[in-house]
Amino acid sequence: MSLISIFFTFFFYISVLIFIIGVSYKLVQYWNTPAPLKIPIAPASLNTSGVLIRYFREIFLFSSLYKSSKWTWLFGWSFHLALALLFFRHLPYFWPGEVPLILYKTEVLKYSSYLLFFGLVGLLIRRIFVDRVRYISSPSDYLMLLLLIFIASTGMLMTFGNNHPNMLLVTNFASGLITFQWSELPKEVIFLAHIFPVFFLIAIFPISKLLHAPGIFFSPTFNQVDNARKKRHISDWALNKEEGSKIDLENNDNEKY
Amino acid sequence: MANDNPIKLPTYLEVPAIKKNAMAGNGPFKASEDIQNSLGFPGEKVDNWQQVAIDKMAETKSKYRSVQVFLDACVKCGACTDKCHYYLGTADPKNMPVARQDLFRSVYRRHFTFAGKYFPRLVGAKDLDENMLDDWYNYFHQCSQCRRCAVYCPYGIDTAEISMAAREVMNVIGVGQKYPNQILGKVKKIGNNLGMPEPALKDTLEDLEDEIKDETGVDVKLPLDVKDSEVLMVTPSADFFAEPHIDGLIGYAKVFHESGVTWTLSSYASEAANFGMFIGNYDVMRQGALRIRKAAIDLNVRRVIVGECGHAWRVAYSFWNTLTGIGSGGSDEYSLRLQKQLDSNYPQPQHMIEFTYDLIQNNQLSFDKSKNDHRIVTFHDSCNVARGSNMGDIKNGQFILPREVIKAACDNFVEMPKNTIKSSTFCCGGGGGLLTDDLIDLRIKGAKPRMHALKKTEQESGVNTLAAICAICKSQFSKVLPNYDFDPYMIVSVHQLVSDAIVLKESSDDEV
Repeated sequence: MSLISIFFTFFFYISVLIFIIGVSYKLVQYWNTPAPLKIPIAPASLNTSGVLIRYFREIFLFSSLYKSSKWTWLFGWSFHLALALLFFRHLPYFWPGEVPLILYKTEVLKYSSYLLFFGLVGLLIRRIFVDRVRYISSPSDYLMLLLLIFIASTGMLMTFGNNHPNMLLVTNFASGLITFQWSELPKEVIFLAHIFPVFFLIAIFPISKLLHAPGIFFSPTFNQVDNARKKRHISDWALNKEEGSKIDLENNDNEKY
Repeated sequence: MANDNPIKLPTYLEVPAIKKNAMAGNGPFKASEDIQNSLGFPGEKVDNWQQVAIDKMAETKSKYRSVQVFLDACVKCGACTDKCHYYLGTADPKNMPVARQDLFRSVYRRHFTFAGKYFPRLVGAKDLDENMLDDWYNYFHQCSQCRRCAVYCPYGIDTAEISMAAREVMNVIGVGQKYPNQILGKVKKIGNNLGMPEPALKDTLEDLEDEIKDETGVDVKLPLDVKDSEVLMVTPSADFFAEPHIDGLIGYAKVFHESGVTWTLSSYASEAANFGMFIGNYDVMRQGALRIRKAAIDLNVRRVIVGECGHAWRVAYSFWNTLTGIGSGGSDEYSLRLQKQLDSNYPQPQHMIEFTYDLIQNNQLSFDKSKNDHRIVTFHDSCNVARGSNMGDIKNGQFILPREVIKAACDNFVEMPKNTIKSSTFCCGGGGGLLTDDLIDLRIKGAKPRMHALKKTEQESGVNTLAAICAICKSQFSKVLPNYDFDPYMIVSVHQLVSDAIVLKESSDDEV
């Protein structure tokens, strides 16, 4: 295998490794950190199914963002929707062995890249031109958007600009990563430029704001049921405080006890 | 209290362009050594404060999932930037919720994250130095912890959690705020925020009984420390002395009188407010709540009911079961003891609004609504009730019940604009431990969005009465209404409206 194929193969595995270890670490950290108090935010759910409906609305519709800012919602939601659709569009490349027919039908999803581009550019323009959003932006916030715009652009140039790399090579390389049967990747610069930032994003996922994806599931304001009076909610460290409280009980001046 | 130069409100509440350092300053008065020590905090800034602060941050984020997740999850989308009343009122960019969080988050990134340790400028990570601490002190005391930003955040990031954590860190290094900490000292020593001892409280209640008797000819009681009463009433101590709060207390007394349910106040637990929440200290908050538990057990009551106080109701509704076992489902010794004692036919604790609402539903109260005909009433949803609690255990009950109680007592009820009520309600500008004269400039500016909504409603519907169920809201509005060319007496307790319209039965003494 050529040096460049070896490099990208390594880069992929390292990125995925960092992703798995890093995200697992964060998941374990979030899981193990207690939420000592009931802090659901209005409109709070009074039961578990309410919480599930809330998550459905937040994750698939971005309902809080919709309430908040229609432009940010339009750009953000378009971008995420396109990202999800394009994930399926890329599945056939990675599919090991015979690709199911249904996956070939994802071909049409390539047009969602326009939506992706639209959403990302909208978010970037907003970040640059709305003074409040500009104030809260760090260099990394711009870089993240530029990186994604770059990925979208190179992808679109390949798909719609007659710059197709050898698709057999692409498929062999991508599915080879999954089946550990490594093979040469196409050497077109545009293809390399497309996958490099993707691998990079996978690697920085657990150390960047991309943590919003697992984070939302652990957000106590969203995932708690509003039933504090009916069910006692108490963390281990808080329960320890009850240990000494028997003494108080004896001091309570109450003959009926 | 006329104001010669009232602040002119625009037709539309525009989102201001950012004005850097518009609210720069030294923040509110700092707590003295004695005050700090009374709560177990260092009297002055400790020598190795940076290390102590970083250690405390580590501890806090390991004990509070909210803090850990919220610090990681923000994507800086900007959805919250125009949602805070202090930003809308001051235009200082550090009053945008995300920017306020970032004061804390930048230090978190610098000390606890890979990117912040090695690429601080790239991700906006900053050291905790004197300047940063000054910003913390100034701007975390420009947050009323009203949680409006959290309603609009796509991840539910709640700035109040961050501002509580920051205040806790500051207290631990010896940089505390005078106003809440002094008050917490009084609660610890005497039992209420005012430091009002039992004899004074007793006198006040007797005076009120006389007043009601003079006015109505009926013997309405305000019992204190009466054992074996059905209900222990815990109310903010402002209800005992402040206007318009006290008329709300009279309202509770009349409702209890009509219900025939025996009730008592406690001189030991004469405070529903719990500023322990504002300073983010679990133990201080718990100590306050334990006084109520002790009073409930000592007085051997069957129910615990909380008066009109916003954050007190959040603490009671959302936290009391956790902190004290007042509620259902606990299995430790205290919880079981309380479950045995307290009447399981009712939620524990209950809000006074729930109690009155139930009586209205059961036709146990009669009203002469014409007594409130001179009023056109609107309701200010207090933030802690609206966004941190429930009433009646029905969806959105915390919005429905108070309005139903008002409508039972008044014929003229109107709403303020939709994006300023219910879960989108604007803070009065004085919550979260900011109701102090040294922050009056901030309080006036922070009230602007609410005042704007009220002005619009006044122009459209001629509203002349603003009803609330929060002691802080009532005090804050009394003070700031004149600055916006409103009558300071237009703010009333919901139970004052009840009090004015309720028809009292002759007391049993008269019948004999």
